Amino acid sequence: MSRRKTRRSKGLDGWLLSAPALILLVLAASGPLLIVALYSFLEKGDYSGVRWILSGEGWFRVLFERDIFDQTVSLADANLSIFWRSVKLSIATTIITFGFGLPTAWFIATRPAKSRAFWLFLITIPFWTNLLIRTFAIMEVIRNQGILNTFLMHFNLISEPIQILYTDTAVLIGMTYVYLPLMVLPLYAAIDRFDFRLIEAGYDLYASRWQVLRGVILPIIKPGIIAGSILVFIPSLGAYVTPRVLGGGKNMMIGNFIELQFGQGQNWPLGAALSTVLLLVVLVSLIIYTRASSRDDSNG
Amino acid sequence: MLSAGAQRKLKAAAGEIDVNTDIAIDARNVGKIYGAGASAVTALGDVSISIEKGEFFTLLGPSGCGKTTLLRCIAGFETPTSGSIHLSGTDITYDPPYQRPVNTVFQSYALFPHLTVAQNVGFGLKMRGASAADVAKAVDRVLALVKLEDFANRLPQQLSGGQQQRVALARALAPEPQVLLLDEPLSALDLKLRKEMQSELKRLQSETGITFVFVTHDQEEALTMSDRIGVMSAGALLQVGTPHDIYDRPVNRFVADFIGETNFLDATVEGNQVRIGTGDLLAVPLQGETGAVTLAIRPEQVSVTSAQTGISGKITEAIYMGTDTHYTITLKDGSPLVARIQSKSSGAFDVGDTVGIAIDAQAVQVLKS
Repeated sequence: MSRRKTRRSKGLDGWLLSAPALILLVLAASGPLLIVALYSFLEKGDYSGVRWILSGEGWFRVLFERDIFDQTVSLADANLSIFWRSVKLSIATTIITFGFGLPTAWFIATRPAKSRAFWLFLITIPFWTNLLIRTFAIMEVIRNQGILNTFLMHFNLISEPIQILYTDTAVLIGMTYVYLPLMVLPLYAAIDRFDFRLIEAGYDLYASRWQVLRGVILPIIKPGIIAGSILVFIPSLGAYVTPRVLGGGKNMMIGNFIELQFGQGQNWPLGAALSTVLLLVVLVSLIIYTRASSRDDSNG
Repeated sequence: MLSAGAQRKLKAAAGEIDVNTDIAIDARNVGKIYGAGASAVTALGDVSISIEKGEFFTLLGPSGCGKTTLLRCIAGFETPTSGSIHLSGTDITYDPPYQRPVNTVFQSYALFPHLTVAQNVGFGLKMRGASAADVAKAVDRVLALVKLEDFANRLPQQLSGGQQQRVALARALAPEPQVLLLDEPLSALDLKLRKEMQSELKRLQSETGITFVFVTHDQEEALTMSDRIGVMSAGALLQVGTPHDIYDRPVNRFVADFIGETNFLDATVEGNQVRIGTGDLLAVPLQGETGAVTLAIRPEQVSVTSAQTGISGKITEAIYMGTDTHYTITLKDGSPLVARIQSKSSGAFDVGDTVGIAIDAQAVQVLKS
């Protein structure tokens, strides 16, 4: 009994001690979010900002649009296609970074302990470089007079430059490059813990290389795969700089579309509603992630 | 019904071993060199060995002697640099591990942590393409064999070390391999559990009739379990024989020293006797040896008397070991001799006593110096 009491009072002490940090965190983190959520239910101002009148128009405009002349309601195809493109590009980025990330992480984890730090260092260097600069570097590679096209034309592999810049492909290349380290690092952490003797056990029990990969390696490093996928998918979904620079004006993603509402579009409630939708998508992804990883804990 | 081992012994006695049908593993001049040039390390140098079907064969040697390398060559994890390995008459030297009807019990067990006990045990059969019903039937049968029926749905990390060991065994036995390779499987268990698993392994081997190739550095384990033992050192196979052969007639000093405790005394052949350092003569069995020889004398072949006739010496150490007491006696010429005497409540000797020594000369092994 007395022991339980001490523990409880200790817990209370813990709460009190962390109270300043908690208050700051609640105000700083949820305050702006609450403002965003609140604005999505207000009426749009004449030029920008909001009028303090409750309205569902912001949320309505996420999915629908009204004809300017006769006010007939139709689905907002443009919005939907931007959503669809964002999800599609984010999923594609996640899959491609996994495709490149797994062999890379495997390579690093199987190096001698001494040289691993060096390879990890190479992977993390881009993190210390400004995102905008990295994106312009990619632009330099793929633009019509860029390195890639010049190289291909020099060796007569193509007769005229391939238009990559300002396409979805350009956005995909850019995001894959930018988010690859976020996939490699958790995969590396998972493979580093992997007991390589299990591969021999698999071979010994008649599993081919492919069966060992599918039946032994992938299930065991699953937590790393889930963590990497979430780390890549979530920022991809909200990406702003990369699609803005490499996708041009036409190939917008949600991030750019939201920015448009607060800028030229002058529709803050719609922008706030879109932001909330994005947040909800991310939350759902996170819930799926925690579910999947906790199932993993109880199952092995 | 006779066990496979007993059948083998009968056949061997009748000289009926047929190379093509009775040999499970035939390694011919197998060599394995790691690296190249000046930094090359020879792990195995020209080892030839024939392991018969249904036999419990042990590769025994100190760590780094090449026994595990040989096992890994048989399993397919290593490719020999030279020589060939045949399984029931078929050359398997370059076959990948997943195409060899050979399974391994790993030292670390290497159980799949994401699979249940039943899934672990069924893994091999599933990979071979057996139907789910067949896999389930085999898993039930093998789990019953290792007495783990109640643990089928547990995960490996929820089991004790001994239980994990049994799962590893069951997993390797389930696909009914022609040969089961065991790489120091008992080294992680405590003494009591190890003794239990030793008899368990013997039982499993005679029940299944599968050829066991067992790797260990523990000579006692090797002596108690094996039909035959191959003693290895520095990449070479020194002696192959039954536990009796190896213990009673070691071919050289290394084998005599490695298997059990042995006293070594330098001696010179004089006629049909040998003269030891103290000047005493011993009538040991000689087979044409001349000049300087080394006598290998087991501690239990030495008896100690209070009569100070013949060879005598002074007790310099007495270690009480329960049933037996080990006396270290320093002979007149200064060489030590260990005697193992059954402990008695009375009449025990003390350190400092001068005692007489009798050596069972007929049991002494004469080794070339």
